[in-house]
Amino acid sequence: MSEVKQMVKELANQYGRSNESLLPILQGIVTKELHISEEAMIEVARELDMSAAQVYGTATFYSFLDTRPTGKYVIRVCKTITCMMHGKNQIIRELENLLKIRLGETTHDGVFTLLETNCLGQCHKGPAMLINELPFTELTPEKVRKIIIEYRNREISAN
Amino acid sequence: MAKYNSHILVCGGTGCRASQGEEIVENLTRAIEENGIENEVQVVRTGCFGFCEKGPVVKIIPDNTFYVHVSPDDASEIIAEHLVKGRKVNRLLFVDPETQQAVSESKDMGFYKKQLRIALRNCGFINPENIEEYIARDGYAALGKALTSMTPEEVIKEIMDSGLRGRGGGGFPTGLKWDLTRKVESDVKYVVCNADEGDPGAFMDRSILEGDPHSVLEAMAINGYCTGASNGLIYIRAEYPLAIQRLKIAIDQARESGLLGKDIFGTGFDFDVEMRYGAGAFVCGEETSLIHSMEGLRGEPTVKPPFPSEKGYKGKPTNVNNVETYANIPVILLKGSEWFSRIGSEKSKGTKVFALAGKVNNVGLIEVPMGTTLREVIFDIGGGIKDGKKFKAVQTGGPSGGCLTEKHLDIPIDYDNLLQCGSMMGSGGMIVMDEDDCMVSMAKFYLDFTVEESCGKCAPCRIGNKRLYEMLDKITKGNGTEEDLARLRNLSNVIKDTSLCGLGQTSPNPVLSTMENFPEEYLAHVKDGKCPAGQCRSLMEYVIDEDKCVGCTLCSRVCPVDAISGDKKMPHVIDVSVCIKCGACMEKCKFGAISVQ
Ligand SMILES: Cc1cc2nc3c(=O)[nH]c(=O)nc-3n(C[C@H](O)[C@H](O)[C@H](O)COP(=O)(O)O)c2cc1C
Ligand code: FES
Repeated sequence: MSEVKQMVKELANQYGRSNESLLPILQGIVTKELHISEEAMIEVARELDMSAAQVYGTATFYSFLDTRPTGKYVIRVCKTITCMMHGKNQIIRELENLLKIRLGETTHDGVFTLLETNCLGQCHKGPAMLINELPFTELTPEKVRKIIIEYRNREISAN
Repeated sequence: MAKYNSHILVCGGTGCRASQGEEIVENLTRAIEENGIENEVQVVRTGCFGFCEKGPVVKIIPDNTFYVHVSPDDASEIIAEHLVKGRKVNRLLFVDPETQQAVSESKDMGFYKKQLRIALRNCGFINPENIEEYIARDGYAALGKALTSMTPEEVIKEIMDSGLRGRGGGGFPTGLKWDLTRKVESDVKYVVCNADEGDPGAFMDRSILEGDPHSVLEAMAINGYCTGASNGLIYIRAEYPLAIQRLKIAIDQARESGLLGKDIFGTGFDFDVEMRYGAGAFVCGEETSLIHSMEGLRGEPTVKPPFPSEKGYKGKPTNVNNVETYANIPVILLKGSEWFSRIGSEKSKGTKVFALAGKVNNVGLIEVPMGTTLREVIFDIGGGIKDGKKFKAVQTGGPSGGCLTEKHLDIPIDYDNLLQCGSMMGSGGMIVMDEDDCMVSMAKFYLDFTVEESCGKCAPCRIGNKRLYEMLDKITKGNGTEEDLARLRNLSNVIKDTSLCGLGQTSPNPVLSTMENFPEEYLAHVKDGKCPAGQCRSLMEYVIDEDKCVGCTLCSRVCPVDAISGDKKMPHVIDVSVCIKCGACMEKCKFGAISVQ
């Protein structure tokens, strides 16, 4: 059995095979694989006995379900109004400089992806961003630098 | 919390945790051990105190001393001075900005004076990860009371009489909704908690779940008892990991204590709660979208009726309420509808939690009786506008609401008054703006949000909002005409009238209300090509002050389009017809000679 097939099967065993299990399974795939490949979608459709179109429809609707490959750490900077007022542009510029990529891109080593997102519910502590699921608030360019260095070091020691 | 003489409460909301709350707790605990008083003093990690501007916040019980901006290095001093010697650490006390006096108790601070905490009653007082502390403050007593001494009809009547209305935005009478769900015959029913808070500017649901998760679980169980449902579902956005973690702990503890699960209180009533996670779609906060999302579909809304109370999750009757709505329920049952309905205004009872953000001195969470005025909220509690600037407007209700101005400051805030002013309560986010904020740009930002979050199912919302955004963009770039203003208004009304769900039906509100309240600002953009607030870059001119310019030539060298000319040691000039307004010259000038007008 292929790896993807195995993974989808395990997730289906965990969450069930009804319609309601679809979103948890897709979220499970993202946790494991960072994104949902076409192969995985077809596998899910087969496993849950629904059309691949339905899986595709659901997977592409939600902004946190990436259907394209992303870096290991997805950075999502809040671009909504209060973070805007508190200077999120500066934060994005700093991140672009640090990671040497532009908004929407992934670093060459596949470690970071830089994206924008809407309000994270941390408006009183803006600018705010998420790295995968973890929120970081009251960002300044210096703080962002420290955070990225920390993640990079973690990456180095993990290898 | 009886065993110890003193308790030290440390804020453990997401915001304060990010700013070193963790380390403060560690250092406090270490200092307590060093002083050998671990049997007398206990450190408690709580939910948010609300006063986030001054965080991290530490409170000492029983003398109620309130320390602000505490850093990990302050821990040993707090223990050695306050807890061992009984002397307050004056430098960490809050200083009243008006009187310049140090204030030690929270009840004497302007920020807390006008507040009344019902939904937030436990936030900042209990350790949310310990069910016993919730129980010690009358937790689960309301569920016990309902199950053992009241019929479902009696509970619903109590909620109806209290006048509680939904806090998720619409303001629908909660008791009535429960009654509707109860009356539909079905073998299976569901209770859903909407924790998909996505309104820009709102973070109260997160704080309630982080600070007092059991209050929501208890209320869901009470709802299950009333409507005849035994399954509860909490739909929460994935962006709130701390709230998710605390909810999970709370659910486990409630199950262990027999407060969720089979045969609760030995009454034969079964109820359990599951969690479902959002995946980054604002529209899933709308109840029909939320239900579709839980069913594994795209989170698109459907036309109501049928309402979820008739046909909801898996086609079964489903009661959907907001987090804050639920948080009010246990108190109402314990203190009675009469007590609750005495608080608030004529048609809006109780309190409302507001999230203050933007250009206001005290950002954070506040809870005030309905009918409090905007002036009290922004100036008395919020401490006025940052940096002594002038108040311009406040946006309530996020992208569905409108802006309120100076002339609305003394209107009592409730559902109906806000609607009348062209805004709405929404979930309670308040974004305060000052004289430097351009209202056309504000409307544009909100439209940008709507365009992105529109699910695309109905044409007016999908296409109409995009066109609105483009027109606003054109105006902020100085290419708008007076005809555009008429078109803006016209299209806004069409979108409002014809959209399928609440998202599109309200998305033009920021445009209409800014046009209504600041017509001169729109006109200045289209007629004179000027942005009075000085925010729209394209409408500004960069100029060099002759008196300040020393002719160092730095600006002309950095200008990418050679728009700056002048001889060495002589004042330079910018050719506005060539200038692309990139701002590079202003950043480079060491003499502050370049400004925008
Ligand atoms: C676009 C849109 C977004 C919404 N977002 C939320 C939300 O994040 N949280 C919420 O409780 N209600 C939200 N609502 C309102 C819900 O549809 C529903 O009315 C509410 O959850 C009912 O609970 P209540 O009666 O306790 O307020 C939203 C509505 C619309 C139209
Ligand atoms: S506006 Fe950025 S977190 Fe709300």
